[in-house]
Amino acid sequence: MTMKIHEYQAKKILRDYNVPTPRGEVADSPERAKEIASSLNTEVVIKAQVHAGGRGKAGGIRLAASPEEAFVVAREILGMTLVTSQTGSEGKRVRNVLVEEASPVGKELYLGLAVDRSRHRECLVYIASEAGGMEIEEVAKTAPEKIIKAVVHPASGFSPFHARKLFYSLGLAKPLSKQFSFIVKALYHLFLDKDASLVEINPLVITEAGELIALDAKINFDDDGLSRHPEIKQLRDEGEEEPLEVEAVNAGVTYIKLDGNVGCMVNGAGLAMTTMDLIKLAGGEPANFLDVGGGASPEQVEKAFRILTSDPKVKVILVNIFGGILRCDRVATGLIEAASKIEKRLPMVVRLQGTNVEEGRRLLQESDLTFEVAEELYQAARMAVELSKKS
Amino acid sequence: MAILFDQKTRVVSQGITGTEGSFHTREALKLGTKVVAGVTPGKGGSNFEDTPVYDRVIEASEKQGANASGIYVPAAVAPDAILEAVEAGIELVVCMTEGIPVLEMIKVKQALKGTTSRLIGPNCPGIATPGSGKIGFIPNFTLSKGNVGVISRSGTLTYEVLWQLTNLGIGQSTAIGIGGDPIVGSTFVDLLELFEKDAQTEAIVLIGEIGGSAEEEAAEFIKDNVTKPVVAFVAGRTAPSGRRMGHAGAIIAGGKGASEEKVKALEKAGVVVEKNPAEIGKTIKTILDQSRRKK
Repeated sequence: MTMKIHEYQAKKILRDYNVPTPRGEVADSPERAKEIASSLNTEVVIKAQVHAGGRGKAGGIRLAASPEEAFVVAREILGMTLVTSQTGSEGKRVRNVLVEEASPVGKELYLGLAVDRSRHRECLVYIASEAGGMEIEEVAKTAPEKIIKAVVHPASGFSPFHARKLFYSLGLAKPLSKQFSFIVKALYHLFLDKDASLVEINPLVITEAGELIALDAKINFDDDGLSRHPEIKQLRDEGEEEPLEVEAVNAGVTYIKLDGNVGCMVNGAGLAMTTMDLIKLAGGEPANFLDVGGGASPEQVEKAFRILTSDPKVKVILVNIFGGILRCDRVATGLIEAASKIEKRLPMVVRLQGTNVEEGRRLLQESDLTFEVAEELYQAARMAVELSKKS
Repeated sequence: MAILFDQKTRVVSQGITGTEGSFHTREALKLGTKVVAGVTPGKGGSNFEDTPVYDRVIEASEKQGANASGIYVPAAVAPDAILEAVEAGIELVVCMTEGIPVLEMIKVKQALKGTTSRLIGPNCPGIATPGSGKIGFIPNFTLSKGNVGVISRSGTLTYEVLWQLTNLGIGQSTAIGIGGDPIVGSTFVDLLELFEKDAQTEAIVLIGEIGGSAEEEAAEFIKDNVTKPVVAFVAGRTAPSGRRMGHAGAIIAGGKGASEEKVKALEKAGVVVEKNPAEIGKTIKTILDQSRRKK
């Protein structure tokens, strides 16, 4: 998975690599915002800090000419629920704002570094565009000729010509060459040092004074690399995540909340997605994606069950386990444990196959759990959907 | 014949004394796999049941003629284990380990270039050739010998499909899970090429999922290079965009990697794409019956 961080955290990292960013600090109260504004002693911009783009259009980015105005604006933005194109309809509550000096406007560029996973490539690739300030995916769709790429060979790594390629293709003015190359190279080192999965400066602004400055930044990290970067791991903001998803991470299972009412518990990501697909095909709506993983213990199954049932939308539970590494008896034990501790009783469809399936079924039969048994995958989905419509 | 794994395959289990390594080595032995050695640094000279354990992979290859390796070690040491197997000249390296950082895999793939080794995985369920044996997690009871080649990006979904085939009396030539990570050792294309050449394989089942472009690349290859019938399924049609579904690979980023595009590309290449995975077995059966009748 990918870990996201806030803009203010990303800018702090960029500053550590000497990439110019506007001066500023994060505030969690209007008072603090006012203090920061007065110490910056200039017009400021107040930016909502949420893990989603499209903040400007949603009213999450505003100017303030004085510390007093900064107080008022920060008071309005803090606590508001920001609904942007990336947050979903429920939006995201703003708990922090970044207060920084309002930068002089100028030409806006896009500069990013990502992993190219296509066959025979498997390397890092720079992406640059003169169309900064826009979503790069949007530019790629509508004006692909404005996208410039520089592929970094994994054996040789960054070489100055990568920066020159981007620089000359963008047609930037000569005096900017040194600054631009410096930033391009810095992104490479940052990416490698921190196991990033995406580093993006959008926009990278050319000021009228001929300076380059990172006006907005986004850095994502490879979850699998976090264990070797404790300083990055601690930047995680659980408040930005769905509470049930945080609970799932702590329990060692993968859970993603969706909008439907058929809760499902599956082992394996591919099978979990397929189970969701089949619920849809049978005319229902999945409430979640839940992968208990390969080596789940009864405790993990129990926690997963708890997470499932605490979503008030869930009307029926579908358990679909194909035991390979995961043994069906362990799943049964976890289910029985969980059900005995949770008061809320929901109709349940259980489909078990694979390793130790007889033992698992016997345990379930002998318990006081009520459930329906399905043999096949699609049959299980249809039964669950039917039950969801009854209740 | 089958592909990559046959009667001549002699397996070394790296991490044989660990929980996963020992459990799955035992399962492989039950299936008749020639597991000729195990490797756990520091435990050389001991035995795992009747299998000798060595400190280094090179000893397993020199003393026991190991030519394939199954890697069951934690993520932090998995890249090292792969590189050691490659350096020892192991032809088939299968890495089950989940959680290797992408940047590490970029380096490993670089190191593989110009060597004689082929890597399957990481984060994969492994490979099985019914009648010869297996490396990895694929449950023994799902397998039966026959003429259908199976390639998949998933784990449990692969077992589901294999079991369905077996229940319908449709055996497999070789089944391979290529792994769910963004960067894997062998892609659909690499394996499609081998299945196309394999005399035992009459038809191919391809199980894809959302994210990345492996299915589109497979479609492109199939169009010009695969004459055998291919039946496919793409998991995650209903997954919301922008959310990773368990596998690092399974994310729809900015519309790219969505299932509709994959389905369209595959269908354009003449692949039969099933909406309901429960139908894969029946479809394959019909196709096999038709092509056999023609002959």
